[in-house]
Amino acid sequence: MLKIIPHNTNIPFLKFRKITLIASMLLVLGSLVSWFTIGLNTGIDFRGGFIIEVRSNSGPANIEQLRGDLGGLGLGDISLQEFGVDTDLLIRVQSQNLEDSEALSEADKAAVNLVKDTLGETYTIRRTEYVGAVVGSELRQQATWAIIAALGAIMIYIWFRFEWPFAISAIVALAHDVISTVGLFSIIAHEFNLATVAALLTISGYSINDTVVVFDRVRDNLNRYKSDEIPVILNKSLNETLRRTFMTSITTLLALGSIYLFGGAVLADFALAMIWGVVIGTYSSIFVAVGTLVWFDLRPKEDEETPVPEYER
Amino acid sequence: MIVFEKWKIALISVFVLAGVVLASPNLIGNADDDQHFLGLNRINLGLDLQGGSYLLLKVELDQVIEERLSNSAEAIRSEMRTERIGIRNLTSDATSLSFDLRNAEDRDRGRDVLVQILGRDLQIINTEQGFSASYSETGLAEIGRITVEQAIEIVRSRIDETGTKEPIIQRQGGDRILIQLPGVDNPEDVKRLLGKTARLGFQMVDISASAIEAQSSGRIPPGSEILESADGSGQLYLVRKRVLISGDMLDDARPGFGQNNDPVVNFQLNSTGGARFGKITGQNIGRPFAIVLDGKVVSAPVIRAQIFSEGQISGNFTVEESGELALLLRAGALPAPLSVLEERSVGPGLGSDSIEAGKIASIIGLLAVVIFMVSSYGRFGVIAVMALGVNIILIIAALSALGATLTLPGIAGIVLTIGMAVDANVLIFERIREESERGRTIVSSVTTGFKQATATIVDANLTTLAAALFLYFLGSGPIKGFSVTLALGVLTSMFTAVLVTRLLVVLWLNQSRPKTLPL
Repeated sequence: MLKIIPHNTNIPFLKFRKITLIASMLLVLGSLVSWFTIGLNTGIDFRGGFIIEVRSNSGPANIEQLRGDLGGLGLGDISLQEFGVDTDLLIRVQSQNLEDSEALSEADKAAVNLVKDTLGETYTIRRTEYVGAVVGSELRQQATWAIIAALGAIMIYIWFRFEWPFAISAIVALAHDVISTVGLFSIIAHEFNLATVAALLTISGYSINDTVVVFDRVRDNLNRYKSDEIPVILNKSLNETLRRTFMTSITTLLALGSIYLFGGAVLADFALAMIWGVVIGTYSSIFVAVGTLVWFDLRPKEDEETPVPEYER
Repeated sequence: MIVFEKWKIALISVFVLAGVVLASPNLIGNADDDQHFLGLNRINLGLDLQGGSYLLLKVELDQVIEERLSNSAEAIRSEMRTERIGIRNLTSDATSLSFDLRNAEDRDRGRDVLVQILGRDLQIINTEQGFSASYSETGLAEIGRITVEQAIEIVRSRIDETGTKEPIIQRQGGDRILIQLPGVDNPEDVKRLLGKTARLGFQMVDISASAIEAQSSGRIPPGSEILESADGSGQLYLVRKRVLISGDMLDDARPGFGQNNDPVVNFQLNSTGGARFGKITGQNIGRPFAIVLDGKVVSAPVIRAQIFSEGQISGNFTVEESGELALLLRAGALPAPLSVLEERSVGPGLGSDSIEAGKIASIIGLLAVVIFMVSSYGRFGVIAVMALGVNIILIIAALSALGATLTLPGIAGIVLTIGMAVDANVLIFERIREESERGRTIVSSVTTGFKQATATIVDANLTTLAAALFLYFLGSGPIKGFSVTLALGVLTSMFTAVLVTRLLVVLWLNQSRPKTLPL
């Protein structure tokens, strides 16, 4: 049988704790700096505007020529990018409203018609999307609230399920994953849209899932090996769950890799965010979640036993 | 030997069988066929997969309120005149109307008249020199509710007239209408149809002055207004404000051809409209009247003879324009203008490409996971893969039975579930192996392994379920689709990983009684 991850490992994970914690802090800090200086390449979902996806009817699209043609229309900021294959292009046009008008205006309609005329017979329109400024800001708010509410719910759940040191470590790890994913999208300047937010929420679920499995084992072992030092127990727990952690990450990554490579251009960025999230989520369960647990006194009262969960009796 | 209760086996079998039956319509028969297999539903494909348009419209309620207030102001002006109550500074804007009394003694009488005109809809407030009135919160909400309901009716009948199959038209929030049009990849026609309120009115032309003079001097006779021609020529008409015949008095409107073979719209009035039209045309032979559509004069024919119920609208139409106008008049006028807040449309080419890409991604993802699981866990891997198969069938069954919509992100949700579903099996297998390494017997390792892993599985999956729940409430269309498949995937994978896997493991153990665990 295939043994990618050996059984019964004894890797001293916590020895790398200092290096990895510094690396993680740099990662989070770098992400935040990028987020607040470079910013996010927000898509029309959050900013409003148009996108038009077109396919060239005659071989690869001539992106430079089209960029020149469309740029000459005087419609403000127009961006073109190849989308998946070299015959497909994604064209972004800003909303033509001078004031922050909420709805599709005559100027917008005229602008889209102008773009469509310029595309002419050479291109087939495959998709058009328009989001007004009001809907854009609503979606932005909804997305923000969804993330806050999801993180809050997860935090409360962990709080109930584990003692507070675990909850704090889990949330730190979770924030680490979410912030670094946002940072990644800021640095590579890929479009940040509703699908990215969906990926962030899914990453939260995945990352906490991973952490919960390790924490379950830590708690288990705290009861089982009462005389061992805490770092020893933590390391033992990590090694015991290591195979599972990697097996699950690998199967999930296999599925995500398939979406990334074959699922089409619309899903590619979503899959990319998820792939990053799974990799960083796996890393953070080990080095951030467990790594920060060391700071807490996990055995506050020597004589009072932590009750054994029912299923383990 | 591990005992697996008969009723549990029966229950699992029934569940899996039901899944197979519910999922079957998606595999059997032609996808374009409306006759569903066994009368069961197939999965609905989202607009992003089958191609189509999504429109979010706003009903411009502010304009309705403003117009109502302005109409009330006009009523006040004429009623006060008949009651001989002197007023001045009568104004109305988007939120309220107000006027002053010339004589303070008229206050009580003025108030009575005002109450009679405005009814209960408007709150009347005493001001220093007169009155002001505005809608209450509940009044505004009521007007909004009725207006949006009417607008939805009109939108539905207009869209039905275009022959769009299975359109979805629903109210969203206070003043919004969501429209989904499967198969319509260019919604320009629909948007143009919905972009017109199509309010029709027959008004007499004011022949006491010329429109151009009135315009330049600014002296518009009271009760009259200057309107532009609808043909864009810039010609002006001076018409009486009073609408004699309105669009709601129409029984029917059909495109046709006039005397010079030019496209026209033939209309038929209902009995009220016909009687009134007969009286007006009888009294005004030789005078012109204006056919006004959305505040613009379509034509201003001279009345040649008394006409009752049937008439003709001509106005330099093209054939398409006369057809469209007839359609709009048949469907009725919108109570308020609509504006587009959001629009997404996908062509059929992209839709079928997306389905194709989704299929390939699913198959390759599945194959990769299957190969990896079998090569890592051997016989147990095969069992996990069987459970995974059941899992996929159950997801498809649930989507079909719930009438949920499968979107492209939804497919991603299924593929992701394929990857994550085996997690539960991994947890169980690893636990069994550990227990066995601690020196337990095979039977004991399997029993405790399942028992201990189950708690962790439920724990871990609840968090993903929570994330999916928030996604559902965040989601518009496609993202909602993702959250639905993700949540269903989590639920079905808990069932398959824990119960189905356990059944399969137990059946195998009982049958072949291995000496060592192949883990």
